[in-house]
This record gives sequence, structure tokens and C-alpha cells, in this order.
Amino acid sequence: MKPEFFDRLFNYFSWGCSILLVGAVLTIVGFLIANGYQSLNLHLIFDDTRPLDAIFLKSQVFDGLFPAIAGTLFLITLSIIVAIPLGLATGIFLAEYCPPKIKGSFSLLFDILAGIPSIVVGLFGFCVTIFLHHYFYTRLFPCLLISALSLAFLVLPYIIRTTQISLETLPLSVRLTAPSLGATKLQNIFYVLLPSSLSGILSGIILSIGRCAEDTAVIMLTGAVATAGIPKSVFSSFEALPFYIYYISSQYSDNSELMKGYGACLILLFICISLFVFAHWIKKRLSQKILYRP
Amino acid sequence: MDVKETIFKSVFFAASILSAGITLFILGFMIVLALPILKQGLFFDMLTGPWAPDHGLFGLGPMIIGTICIALMALVISFPVSLGCSFFIGILNPRGLGKWLKKIIESMTAVPTVIYGFVGIFFLVPLVRELFLKGSGMCILSAAIMLSILISPTMILFFVQSFSMVPQNDLNAVDALGGNTAQKFFYVVLPHSWKGMLTGIILSFGRAMGDTLIALMISGNSVAFPGSVLDSARTLTAHIALIIAADFDSIEFKTIFLSSIFLYIMTSFGIIMSRFSFKKRKTINET
Repeated sequence: MKPEFFDRLFNYFSWGCSILLVGAVLTIVGFLIANGYQSLNLHLIFDDTRPLDAIFLKSQVFDGLFPAIAGTLFLITLSIIVAIPLGLATGIFLAEYCPPKIKGSFSLLFDILAGIPSIVVGLFGFCVTIFLHHYFYTRLFPCLLISALSLAFLVLPYIIRTTQISLETLPLSVRLTAPSLGATKLQNIFYVLLPSSLSGILSGIILSIGRCAEDTAVIMLTGAVATAGIPKSVFSSFEALPFYIYYISSQYSDNSELMKGYGACLILLFICISLFVFAHWIKKRLSQKILYRP
Repeated sequence: MDVKETIFKSVFFAASILSAGITLFILGFMIVLALPILKQGLFFDMLTGPWAPDHGLFGLGPMIIGTICIALMALVISFPVSLGCSFFIGILNPRGLGKWLKKIIESMTAVPTVIYGFVGIFFLVPLVRELFLKGSGMCILSAAIMLSILISPTMILFFVQSFSMVPQNDLNAVDALGGNTAQKFFYVVLPHSWKGMLTGIILSFGRAMGDTLIALMISGNSVAFPGSVLDSARTLTAHIALIIAADFDSIEFKTIFLSSIFLYIMTSFGIIMSRFSFKKRKTINET
């Protein structure tokens, strides 16, 4: 057999695999669009309620996706509010203060946290709730707050890692200018290092928002339910888009409900992909701005 | 001024201790909750025995076998495809198309798993049912196919990254000697990058094992030991999701802590292994 034969085989193999994978992705997206495009309209989200009334909470939406979308938004906001300060502070500590000796064990722990299956984090949240319910506060049940906290733990390693890496990869010239002018370490961090690495940190945050939006395993254990309306407080149960999709796929009773499931899939897919594209755009745009500033 | 520095430093330190503490606390909490079972000394019986609550048997054997079967099969399907795609991106790159393929694959990482599960139920499961004319179509094969799509971006991006670390000089040397693409791959790229590739494989196996929704939605969730790839099976993650509705004090409920300890330890082990292989590679490159 000639070497050219292998070369050609290699070529065909690569092309074949690439076409197979792209084909699979296109099939998935195409299947959703082909089945779901008809259901994509305002009726899907707001049912028979007037959109403005629903948004300003004047009247309730009973049969639309609006409560689920609102629940997902609340969930994302809450967990990001918890995860950002904690993640940023930890990332700064790892990059700027941490002695090299314990840095290794810290980052191993965060790698492990990133690798823990999300359902285990969900189970943890659930058990902590039950524990607190038994011993401290009997009115506490799985709720929006617990879900948001569990999700915050889930995305924490992403924020820590991106913060740490964007700080560590700053060029030495940026790192040394302010201290040489007499700035303290803290001033250097807040006025020079953090603003310079903003693009990396921001894209990390946006990617973790996407992770919050898509995760189902955590919220199905910690308080997401099929019908709850708009959550009234952080201690009430809530609806969420990914959980709705899961629920519909196992419990749908007629075709119109299934259609709503397809619609919800398309909306969730759109949200996640646009967050992803936005994160990349920010990374590219801001890093160019910083690099090519006159 | 000094006081401010110290305060901020301790705040940053406290945050790190808190975040690191959560990781250990999750494991500790699970072990404490599983103690009643662990104390009875039935740990290994539990991990291998069958699941028959009516007969007082609460073994996790079928779930562990199911988890490993589904994850391994997803890996077996995904590995060659990922290898081909990373050749396409990293080595062939015909007319700059590799860059576009990489973009598509990167955006695949943003697709929610519940969507893979949804498409699995309404597209893949009927397809498998029609093709093999056996069972409901909810089986190891369907779950593994969907999981392989889920984990392939992880694998491909790791493969491409380790291909790109091969020194350009060595590649040019092959070209100068008149070697073809296949020779270039087997004699230069592979020896340089197999450790990075191994890391990618380990991490995507962990991802396949840790995913809940795909297995829960399309693997059928039966509690018998699976006999073929067309049999339905239940994974540990799906087991946790299904048993959570049971009574908190029952033995069934206690077994899910055992499942989560098992999952925790397996994924941590994978991560430690992958770090080890990465470290080794770094020292090789430095010398």
C-alpha cells in the first residue's frame, strides 16, 4: 500500500467526521425549528394576557411561558449577585496574594468543584434545606433562594478561573507601572489590574450566566415546579424554562402543550447561544480596545 | 492606609476559604448523611448488589453499571468523530474552513443539555425504535448517542489545543523530508500531544458521567442490570433525580448519598489524573 493511500484515507476520515458532527448539530437545531417555528409568537409567552399588563404584574399569565422566563431571569440575577463578589475576591486572592505553596491545593479544589456533577450540587442544596428546616426554621422549603445559592456554587469556579487567568496573563509592563509610581498594591489592583482584565472577567461572567440559564439538574432538586406563577419572594417556589422543557417532555397531555415545549426549547436555545456570542464579542472587542489604545 | 490593605487582604482570603470550603463541605455533608449505611459495613455490597426495594435489597450495582456503560459508549462513539474533527481543524484546515468548524464547535458548548434530551425523546428515540424494532427505543444506545454529541466539543477543543502545542519546527521538518499528512500525524503530532488528548478524554468521560438530563430523559431508567445496548438502563445521576421524591428517612433515600459520593469521588479522581498528566507534559516541554 502506498503512503498516498493513507493520506487520502486520512483526508476522507477528517471530512467525514466533520460533516457528521455538523450534520448532527444541524439536525438538532433544524428539528426544533421545523417543529417549533409555528408556535413562536406572543401568544406562546403571554397567552391571552396583554404583554404590558403581564410585565408590570397587573394581571397573571396562566398558560404562557412568561412565568417560566421570569423565574429563569430572577434565578440568574440572584445567583450571579452571590457568585460575582465571591468569585472575584477569590480570583484576586489566587492571582495576587496567594503563596505558591497553597495555590496548587486551592486550584485543585476549584477544579473539583467545577467537575462535580450538577445533580450532586442540587442534592447538597436540597439536604441543607431539609437540615435547616428541621433544626432552625420550619418554614423553609426548597425555594428560589436555595436554587440560586446552589447555582452560584456551580458557576463559582468559572468566575474564579477566568478572573485568576485574566489577572495572571496581564503583561508585566501593565503590572509594574502603578507600583513604580508609588501606588499601593490595593490601588494597583483596583485602578489598573482589574480594569485591564475586565474583558476576560466579563466574558467569564456572561458564560456563567449562560450556565445558570441552562442548568436543570440543580433546580429540579431545589425548588423548581411546573406551575407557580411569578415568584412572590425569594422563599417561594418558581418556574424556570429548562425545567418546563423537562416537565413537558415527560408529562405533556396534548399536542398544543408539546408545541409549547418546542417553543420553549427555541427560546432557551436562543438565549444561551446569544449569551455565548455576546461573551465572545466582549472578549474580542474589549481586548482589542485595550491592546490598540493610542 | 495599611489597615485598609490588611482588611481587603483578609476579605479576599476569607472568600477563598469559603469557596474552597464549599467543595469539601459538599463531600463531608454527603458522607455524614450516608453514615447510617456506611456504619453497617455494607458499602461494597451496596455498590455491587441488585436493586429490589420490595425484597429489602438496595444495591446500586445496576446504576453503576448503567452509568459506566452509557458514559463509555458515548466516549467510544465520540472519540473517532472528535479525532476526525480535530484533524480537520488542526492539521488539514482546508481553505481556512477549520476556523469555521471550530466556531461551530465552540458554540455547541452553549447548547443546554435539556435540549439534547428533548430532541432525543422526540427525534432519536422513535428513530432507534423503528430501526431496531425492539423495545421502546429508550435505551443505552440512544442516551449514548446524545451524550456523545454533548461531550464531543470538550474533546475536540482539548485535542485541537494539544495539536497546536506541537512545535512548528518539527512539522516543517516532516514537510521538508517529504512526509505526508498521515505520517506527520503518527510520527510527530501524536507523540507530542497524546497526554493532552488523554486529559480531554478523561474530562469528557467525567462530563458524560455527570450529566443528568440526557440519561434521565432517554435511557429508560429501568433498575435491572442491562444486558445489551438496546436495554434500558438507569444512571446514578438519574437515580438521584428519581429517588429524591421518596421519604427522607427511608433507606432508598440514603442510597442517593452513596451515589453522589461515588460520583464525587470518580470525577475528582479524573480531575486529579488529568492534572497529573498536564504537569508531566509541562516539565517535558520545559526541559
